[in-house]
Amino acid sequence: MPLLSVQNLEVVFPLPGGTVRALRNVSFDLDRGERIGIVGESGAGKSAAAFAILNLLGKPGKIQSGRILFDGHDLAALDYEAMRQIRGNRISMIFQDPMVTLNPVLTIGAQMTETLRAHRRMTRARARDIALEKLRAVQIPSAEKRLAQYPHELSGGMRQRVVIATALLSDPQIIIADEPTTALDVTIQAEILELLLRLCEDFAVGLILITHDLGVVFGVTQRILVMYAGRIIERGPTAEVIGAPRHPYTRGLIDALPSAARPGTPLKQIPGVMPSLHEIPSGCAFHDRCEFAQARCAAETPRLEEQGARAAACHFPL
Amino acid sequence: MFAFLLRRLGQAVVVMLVISLLSFSIQDELGDPLRELVGQSVSEETREELREEMGLNDPFLAQYMRFLRGALRGDLGVSYFFKRPALDVILDKLPATIDLVLAATFWILLFSVPVGVFAAVNPRHWFSNLAMGLSAVGISVPVFLTAIFLIYLFSVELGWLPSYGRGETTEIFGWETGLLTRDGLRHLLLPSISLASVILPLFVRMIRSEMMEALEAEYVRFARAKGLREGRVRMVHAFKNTLLPVITVGGVQIGIMVAYTILTETVFQWPGMGFMFLEAINRADTPLIVAYLIVVGLIFVIVNTVVDIVYGLVNPAVKLTGKPA
Repeated sequence: MPLLSVQNLEVVFPLPGGTVRALRNVSFDLDRGERIGIVGESGAGKSAAAFAILNLLGKPGKIQSGRILFDGHDLAALDYEAMRQIRGNRISMIFQDPMVTLNPVLTIGAQMTETLRAHRRMTRARARDIALEKLRAVQIPSAEKRLAQYPHELSGGMRQRVVIATALLSDPQIIIADEPTTALDVTIQAEILELLLRLCEDFAVGLILITHDLGVVFGVTQRILVMYAGRIIERGPTAEVIGAPRHPYTRGLIDALPSAARPGTPLKQIPGVMPSLHEIPSGCAFHDRCEFAQARCAAETPRLEEQGARAAACHFPL
Repeated sequence: MFAFLLRRLGQAVVVMLVISLLSFSIQDELGDPLRELVGQSVSEETREELREEMGLNDPFLAQYMRFLRGALRGDLGVSYFFKRPALDVILDKLPATIDLVLAATFWILLFSVPVGVFAAVNPRHWFSNLAMGLSAVGISVPVFLTAIFLIYLFSVELGWLPSYGRGETTEIFGWETGLLTRDGLRHLLLPSISLASVILPLFVRMIRSEMMEALEAEYVRFARAKGLREGRVRMVHAFKNTLLPVITVGGVQIGIMVAYTILTETVFQWPGMGFMFLEAINRADTPLIVAYLIVVGLIFVIVNTVVDIVYGLVNPAVKLTGKPA
């Protein structure tokens, strides 16, 4: 039985201009210690999927239907207190921009120990020891000194290490990382990714890595899910999907990677933009940007067809 | 910290110089002090002699320098009406005004935080709507109107509270206060509520909007993702950040309140320096007017410095240094 099983999840945002369906029939599993990537452009619903798991959707978002099974419980049906006991304890999150994730008026030490003490009865001294241990695990130099420092005294990369250390505090079973390297300098990005990978391996933590950058998931995750307009349109083992994509959208993402281009040639791009969730095209949501689209694509929504470990939602898979 | 205070002191000197120049320069526009001083029957020649004697005919700069030299020794001139040093007159009236400002500040602190935070956390609650509606009214209705309304209701119609004066006062460390007697507090109730009626709504609205903004911040979302209890998320993570702008703006408002006392004290015949200032204007008592402006300026400078120090204590990103910001 998988550790986490998201089943037919539907997330909606009831807005004055009409209800937006941010996630449509999203299903995926995560095994113990497994690392998966959720990939897609902005607005594809990746972050909604991440935040829905911990019931932290921004207002007015809510889970319309579906189940999120974690260790025998349906997270979508838990009350506030039961959900709180899972957040930061058994499932942790890492946010995108470390410059705004940490509270500017509280010390690093205070922000770490409060997390531990929200879940377990322990003395301040004990909590401080654990915080120190985790800061060392994320290779922060002079960890002891950091506890008394405020976020503005640390660089972006250091702050993201603090966030990762905070996520590790209660030895969670799953870490959900929402674009953990996007806001960082390019030189720091690889360091942080490598650290995250090593920590997940060492502590046998499951990872859900959300990113718009296929280059980020490669080498970190075992499987990936590609999302488009609120749906999963392709999934499978990372190397296989990137090596031989079945969905034209996945293919487009891979071709758009700078490393895929030959020097001196212009970078490829997918024509058009991701449709706004207000006005998703009929049939396959990607058909108006797809070079292989035919009449059927505009009329009929393709189902996610399983083929062994892989699946793609396309009438004419590559 | 020491360097900060030293730099602040330097700024204060400049500010006080500007205030003194401005307040001193309006003294010629306030009417003829001799008319109040000597009455109708004195001949024009005697008046001219008196003017010469008092130095009123000297060039402006000479008069100002003479005033500054005196001010440095704590001599802000002699009140024409009271025939006493202007500073002494003001210091006699100061305790009454401080009582009033303290009591109004108490109301503000007592109500603004709970109401503002509640309205931010429960924006759709009926009580939040009521509080926002009332605060809009409170801001728009002038102090003197609120004061007259309160007197009408509680003194005239219901007869519960006195409508004028300070009542019984006691002296503590040479400070004459009405805060320690029942009668004094009864007299203080209506004036302090009137004075708070404009600033309190401002605080409520400010705390509400700042708190709502803080509640939307990413660090609040992260605090929730860490599994903290909602009470801690709100009162530690969101509220501590709410305090920063509230201290900055709020501190200045408390200073402004000293100025608002002119209206409140006049309506309630409160023997403070605001009431005294209005009377001084009526009597063209220029030394007293100038001295009042300088004392109020000084209070502003002190309040602002205290606000900056408190802000530095709350906001870790601010270090109180002598370096220019």
